[in-house]
Amino acid sequence: MSGMAMTSGRGLRLLRNWGFVVGAGIVGICAILAVFAPWVVPHDPFVIDLERRLVPPFWMEGSDPRNILGTDQLGRDYLSRLIYGARISMMIGVLTVITSGLIGITLGVLGGFYGGKVDDAVVFAITTRLSIPAVLVALAVAALHGTSLMLVILVLGLLLWDRFAVVARSTTSQIRNLDYVAAAWCSGVSRWWVLTREVLPNIATHLAVVATLEMALAILLEAALSFLGLGVPAPLPSWGLMISEAKEYMFFSPWVIMIPGAALFVLVLGVNLLGDALRDMLGTDLSR
Amino acid sequence: MFYFFLRRFAVAVLVALTVLTITFLLTRLSGDLAISIAGPNASQEDIATIRQVYGLDRPLWIQYFDWLFRAVQGDFGESFFFRDRVSNLIATRIPITMTLGLVGLAIALVISLPLGILSAVREGSWVDRLVTLVVLIGQAMPSFWLALILMIVFGLQLGWLPISGTGSWEHFVMPGVVLAFSAIPSLTRLTRSGMIEALSSDYIRTARAKGLTRMSILVKHGFRNAAIPVVSIAAVQLGFMLGGSVVIETVFALHGVGYLAWESISKNDFPVVQAVVLVLALLYIGLTLLADLLNAVLDPRLRTA
Repeated sequence: MSGMAMTSGRGLRLLRNWGFVVGAGIVGICAILAVFAPWVVPHDPFVIDLERRLVPPFWMEGSDPRNILGTDQLGRDYLSRLIYGARISMMIGVLTVITSGLIGITLGVLGGFYGGKVDDAVVFAITTRLSIPAVLVALAVAALHGTSLMLVILVLGLLLWDRFAVVARSTTSQIRNLDYVAAAWCSGVSRWWVLTREVLPNIATHLAVVATLEMALAILLEAALSFLGLGVPAPLPSWGLMISEAKEYMFFSPWVIMIPGAALFVLVLGVNLLGDALRDMLGTDLSR
Repeated sequence: MFYFFLRRFAVAVLVALTVLTITFLLTRLSGDLAISIAGPNASQEDIATIRQVYGLDRPLWIQYFDWLFRAVQGDFGESFFFRDRVSNLIATRIPITMTLGLVGLAIALVISLPLGILSAVREGSWVDRLVTLVVLIGQAMPSFWLALILMIVFGLQLGWLPISGTGSWEHFVMPGVVLAFSAIPSLTRLTRSGMIEALSSDYIRTARAKGLTRMSILVKHGFRNAAIPVVSIAAVQLGFMLGGSVVIETVFALHGVGYLAWESISKNDFPVVQAVVLVLALLYIGLTLLADLLNAVLDPRLRTA
């Protein structure tokens, strides 16, 4: 009963936080567009029409109502490509976070929970991972293997687990000796039970904040890799790849890079706003 | 102090060796290097020749120790493409990347330290909220996109700065600004929270009670304590910035180590790629070591840790 009241109070506080509302709005819209992309796009994002190349967007002269955001250098509808791009960014963000979260949380919880030699090994793994230049390694692996969406997700997932591990480790070691964990031990439950039913739920909010940070980072890194030509392969409309392909035309028609770049910026901003709101909520929880 | 240093140094060496091993495995395990070098049109004989010339037909562990032994001595072999010692290539390119990194860090510090202090002193005010907004924008800005926008505005429309190349100091302005953008959010946040913590502590209250001037309290008592984490993060950030400079150097065609790595990656020049990854990792390890030592000097409480 009191638990219910607390949850709804927390929900109300979140709704009063404008950052949460804006962030959730942006991420929500992107998620919906990503899931329903084939049904909401006005045109096929892959159909090339060389006679209607670089049609400007609606606010500029010479625009065409058939292509609200204009067309790209191959005459493909920009709005449709943008919507399919949301699909790629969201997929990269979510799947990378799942992969890196699994690795990082496992390592971090084990280190924080057992301490001693196990913890030393975990700290060593984190330090080593941080010393490896992520962008460079991702580029090198993509060059050796050939580019694909799955490879980008896998590489980013294997590289971006460090913050999960750091946070999971410190929060776990903080609560390891608290009374309710001791009480669980006393009731004779297994180690697995303590880890999954007592430790994990109590560090989950911290991990959620990390998840938003990593999702934002993964989306930005994918865009950077695709921009350099070693991320998502053409003709997939990754926003980074769209910017890269339109780069030659940017001095004459700057909107070709402004539109996908702005989409990327807004989505990452939304994810970060969500994360900040979660962090604020944590802050008030801790002070209570 | 000596023991602390020794321990920290031993860990750094161990991390460096692990990175060395991972770098080696990375290029050997992701497919057949000989096929990658030979290119798509090579015949079976070509591939076999390449395998023999570069010693790729030897057992993996011999290749590993051979490479390790040479790498420790600073010998990274010869570039497939540039026909030059890899160590020479890196030595000529690294000053450019270091300059870029230091310029970026300097710009980032000049912007984020005042912002962080200001928002901490005026916590909760509109200034604070404005700084939060700046931080959010900095976090969400894709660096390569910002680079292109700056090129359009300052390179083409205003004509103030060169768009690409390495010739003069002007070539470092735009890349430096873009690189700084990636470090500003975390440095500002850290300065702000460190300053808030410092300002609410007992020694500040004592300083106020003694009747010291506001400036003296802020700088001598507040900032000096808030600076401790900032110093270490700044060194670590520099490491990250050097690693992340590959994107920025490529966009601006700034011929540093990052650009070298990019060229070598697209040409399957793996001795160079391996060496650049390793050098950047070593720089990062060195910088974090430096940060820890600086911390220990600045804050004696940490020395026993």
